[in-house]
Amino acid sequence: MKRRKKSVSYAKYGYIFSIPFVVVFLIFSLYPTIYTAVIGFTDLKGLGRTDINFLEDPFLNFKAIFKNPSFIKSLSNTAIIWLMNFIPQIVIALLLTAWFTNRRNKLKGQGAFKFLFYMPNIMTAATIAILFNSLFAYPKGPVNDLLMMLGISEKPIEFLREGWTARNIVSFIQFWMWYGHTMIILMAGVAGIDPTIFESAEIDGASGAQTFFHITLPNLRTIMLYVLVTSMLGGLQMFDIPKLFLNGGPDNATLTTSVFIYNQAFSGSYMYNRAAAASMIMFIIAVVLSGLLFYFMRDEDEVKLKKEKKRARKEQARRAKEGGSVV
Amino acid sequence: MKYNDDVGVRYGNNISRGSYVAKTLKYIVCILLAIISILPFWIMFMNATRGTYEIQQNAISLLPSTHLLSNMKVLHGKSFNPVRGFINSLIVSTGVTACTVYFSLLTAYALVVYDWRMRQPFFTFIMAVMLIPAQVSGIGFYQFMYKLNWTNSFLPLILPAIAAPAAVFFMRQYLLGALPLDIVDSARIDGAGEFHIFNRIVLPIAKPAMATQAIFSFVGSWNNLFTPLILLTKQDKYTMPIMVSLLRGDIYKTEYGSVYLGLSLTVLPLFIIYFVLSKYIIQGVALGSVKG
Repeated sequence: MKRRKKSVSYAKYGYIFSIPFVVVFLIFSLYPTIYTAVIGFTDLKGLGRTDINFLEDPFLNFKAIFKNPSFIKSLSNTAIIWLMNFIPQIVIALLLTAWFTNRRNKLKGQGAFKFLFYMPNIMTAATIAILFNSLFAYPKGPVNDLLMMLGISEKPIEFLREGWTARNIVSFIQFWMWYGHTMIILMAGVAGIDPTIFESAEIDGASGAQTFFHITLPNLRTIMLYVLVTSMLGGLQMFDIPKLFLNGGPDNATLTTSVFIYNQAFSGSYMYNRAAAASMIMFIIAVVLSGLLFYFMRDEDEVKLKKEKKRARKEQARRAKEGGSVV
Repeated sequence: MKYNDDVGVRYGNNISRGSYVAKTLKYIVCILLAIISILPFWIMFMNATRGTYEIQQNAISLLPSTHLLSNMKVLHGKSFNPVRGFINSLIVSTGVTACTVYFSLLTAYALVVYDWRMRQPFFTFIMAVMLIPAQVSGIGFYQFMYKLNWTNSFLPLILPAIAAPAAVFFMRQYLLGALPLDIVDSARIDGAGEFHIFNRIVLPIAKPAMATQAIFSFVGSWNNLFTPLILLTKQDKYTMPIMVSLLRGDIYKTEYGSVYLGLSLTVLPLFIIYFVLSKYIIQGVALGSVKG
């Protein structure tokens, strides 16, 4: 009784300490999001304009965006580039996780490998985009030199002129920057699995592959779903690399949705309204993806919450009993 | 371990030879991946010290050359200004880090210690907005800042960091495990005010979590391209990632050595941070995910 009274008297500090977060969120996140949505229904375009005039046909911008072949292409590019980076990324990350967590056959130098695999992730993506642009230079560039030195190609290749090649390179950069990150997350997931399960598998004589497929993989399900959805959300935002590598080129082959939005709003004829409409489509995709993640993660949390409630109820009942006996 | 040896002995050489081959194969793959991680940066740093002529002759060199100073001169003679970019990025990233770390901890503290009616809904809300990308509100954000005349100011880059949902989430998980509520209670009995308790008692306890979040928000802000790119139009306000985009321009078309030097300069601070703090960074990545 005494405790409850006390916590009530301090409750106002919960509100007070949350004020900075809430105020800043409302001003710098929520308001701009609503503002963006509103702009999607106006005729706002041209540098320096800020006035709001609603269109007679409110969905004109959305219709125009869906008819815009560049936008459609940017959506499919984003999906293609993401897929081509994610599949090898998860395969390599799983493979490395299996190797590094294999209890029978320990690899040496794991710390150094982790250090190196994760390294590209921390470096400025803008710098990496331009670095790869220089590495794949034609006719004289490091990659061309390397391929000719190793005898793989006889004459220099013009990598950045062909759509699929350019897209593959963007996917590769994304893969290269992120597989180490994914590997660390998966390894943390393995570390979280009850070690006695592995021990009993070992005693039962399960091979490394058997242990991986029948114990490690099923137990990583939730974490892999987390990796999948967060990677999709990240892929949706892909901007720095495609923007600075080839600015969406050649022939829009590396144009992602984010680059499309940026180019609509901040170059050419400054079509803020069209860009805002495209942003809202992206927003909806992001909400759906986060919703999916919530759905995947829900089970565990709910179960935990239920358990906690049950325990609290028991505790209360026990306390009431004790209190009763004292009185 | 002992058990493994026994098995190897019992089943003869076959298994151990097979596992030996497998092990070698694993090492080869790991070493190849490690080379792919290093090589692009190695070429970048080496070419930063080589002249344009040398690079044209042979674009790959594993050893440095002597043209560092002349590359620097060429770089400095044009629009790319690494010192300016460095200072601007430092200001923004330091501000962002301070805001994120302090206010995220404060918000997390409110979620952990106080029993208020909106606590659970507020936490659910933070989880819900954690994954929504900032980019989707970029147009509205730009228009809003343009109206306020805040483009070309660092404030709209720094202030939003006060509301960092992912950092709040991380701090909350940490406080739940590391902050004994008895300490808070006994401080109250000693007559300490709530703000005083937060600043003097909770802050020191949360130092490890703050350090982890500080690294990630600093690096994240240092690498951020999108928001600065839409807000900053004056060259003396450019942060490093925008500065680096100048290297793609025509004025550097034939100055290969200086382009590599410019690129090297932008990531040099990150290399230093990574070499010193990699242990904490890798730990932080693992920690953030398991709980996320």
